Amino acid sequence: MSVKILKKSKKRNKARNKIHLKEHLVSGIYLAPSFIGVMVFMVVPFIVIIYYSLVDAPVDGKFAGLDNFKMLFSNDAFLQAAKNSLLFSAIAVPLAVVLSLLLAVLLDANIPWQSQFRTFFLCPMMVPVASVVLIWQVIFNAHGAMNSLLEVFGFKGIDWLKSDYSMVVVISMFLWKNLGYNMILFMAALGSVPKDIIEVAQLEAAGKFTIFFRIKLRYINSTVLFVIILSLMNSFKVFREVYLLSGAYPYESLYMLQHFMNNTFESLDYQKLSSAAVVMCVFMIIVIGILFFIESKAGEDFED
Amino acid sequence: MKIKPSRLKHKKRHKKSVVLFVIALAMAIFFMLPTVLTIANSFMSPQEIKANYGMVFNDNESAGYISEKVNLKFIPDMVTFKQYATVLFNSPEYLLKFWNAVIYTVPVLIVQVIIAILAAYSFTRFRGRVKEILFFLYIILMLLPYQVTLVPNYLVTDWLGLLDTKWAIWLPGMTSPFSVFLFTKFMRRIPGSLIEAAKIDGAGEWQIFSRICVPLCKGAMVSVSILIFIDYWNMVEQPLILLKNEELHPLSVFLSKINSSEISLAFAVATVYMVPGILIFLYGEEYLVEGISYSGGLKG
Repeated sequence: MSVKILKKSKKRNKARNKIHLKEHLVSGIYLAPSFIGVMVFMVVPFIVIIYYSLVDAPVDGKFAGLDNFKMLFSNDAFLQAAKNSLLFSAIAVPLAVVLSLLLAVLLDANIPWQSQFRTFFLCPMMVPVASVVLIWQVIFNAHGAMNSLLEVFGFKGIDWLKSDYSMVVVISMFLWKNLGYNMILFMAALGSVPKDIIEVAQLEAAGKFTIFFRIKLRYINSTVLFVIILSLMNSFKVFREVYLLSGAYPYESLYMLQHFMNNTFESLDYQKLSSAAVVMCVFMIIVIGILFFIESKAGEDFED
Repeated sequence: MKIKPSRLKHKKRHKKSVVLFVIALAMAIFFMLPTVLTIANSFMSPQEIKANYGMVFNDNESAGYISEKVNLKFIPDMVTFKQYATVLFNSPEYLLKFWNAVIYTVPVLIVQVIIAILAAYSFTRFRGRVKEILFFLYIILMLLPYQVTLVPNYLVTDWLGLLDTKWAIWLPGMTSPFSVFLFTKFMRRIPGSLIEAAKIDGAGEWQIFSRICVPLCKGAMVSVSILIFIDYWNMVEQPLILLKNEELHPLSVFLSKINSSEISLAFAVATVYMVPGILIFLYGEEYLVEGISYSGGLKG
């Protein structure tokens, strides 16, 4: 008897395994094009890059320990670029998140022309940077419109793009382009906060600020995280604005990491390139780790 | 007695909404200004552009009046379509660069959406520990900036001998992990009962995928396509590194290298370059607004 049952269950197991095998196969086929691409263009070459970063020459190199990294961290251009890029992201990302949330709240209030405003705010996202860069140059030139405006109010004009204020120009360009989309994400999230919760809070005589910070903001915290991530990703692409504004060799305070990488590509210094890529990758993994930690903490606080 | 306070409140509320409206209007003007100015300038004659902006672009080659300060004007002295005629019929270079941008963007857009939606189906339907680890890898890869990913992309395209060809832009772009992430997040919201029901009715995987998941993802497809379009229509990093041959550069890079004597032409080219984006936006705005509400945090 028992043997029979065992045989039966074995048979069933076999059948189940067959189903599993089939599922794995199907799942593999659907994933394959993407997976192969990711492997070939990112993961496998990245392993080679890690190897390059540890040897002293791309061909027949000897193990060099951390020498490449030491060289990188004593490279003034790299340090300058890293400082500028970090500074930009540290200022621009929080601004992009807070201002777009304010815009979303503004449009959430009952004002006329709501959907027209939404379109206006979203429009810069669709306009190519290259198309409007001429106008930005005209506005922020030494003889530009911004200075004329400042002089009306009695301030002295400056050459925006060739001063330490150049970061201000790039940050405004970044905000101009990115606020609209972030705002849309926030509006969708704010719209999905259940009305009855807010009504209950109003009955309990909770003030507007309490409702916003204690209820709405907590309810949309996963969207806040997503907007932070998106803004961070976009902040790395600000090189586009900078390059189109002031070319491959901008004013010192606008020299970004992508400029450094471009110049290193010019000389094809594989050691420098790979060690810089590895350093940035490690840094990004730390940032991602922090974001995940925050997400899991926030998730504990409020489960939907 | 009872009516008075409520009326007062009503008035107060009205006042507040007027203030908010004015703020929104001011913001809207700021947001529209660069675009509107660019379009307005594209209808001005070279002489007028030179008079207004000569100081900025240091055009000393040709004679003519140059105002001392920049002069922002919305309404041209005289509307002219000459720039557009020159761009469209007399300067093949701009058209070529515009065509390059189309040639890079369209195939990447179509193939990336197809590949990503297939992968998203796999991540949605078949979940296990290996899959979750793999999905985590995708999240890390999607967050890596071009500064990092262009190095491996360069190495591989170099090994394959594809540098300075269109494939150098196409191949890495077609398998970008970001759209996989977005589609997966969207598909995981599709109720499992829907798929179970289809299975009981005898639908195979391909039918579940093509008859249920893909149609339900239409909004996400439009909004992801818009995001991909924006990224590739604006691309600067990839051509600078992967395409040394400037003939192959798209207009997004080329526009910044325009001669100062051709500034009036540049405004017309810039306006032409805006058109596809604005058309797509007009078609897809509603999808963009709706299709986005799915995207929560990182973990699916």
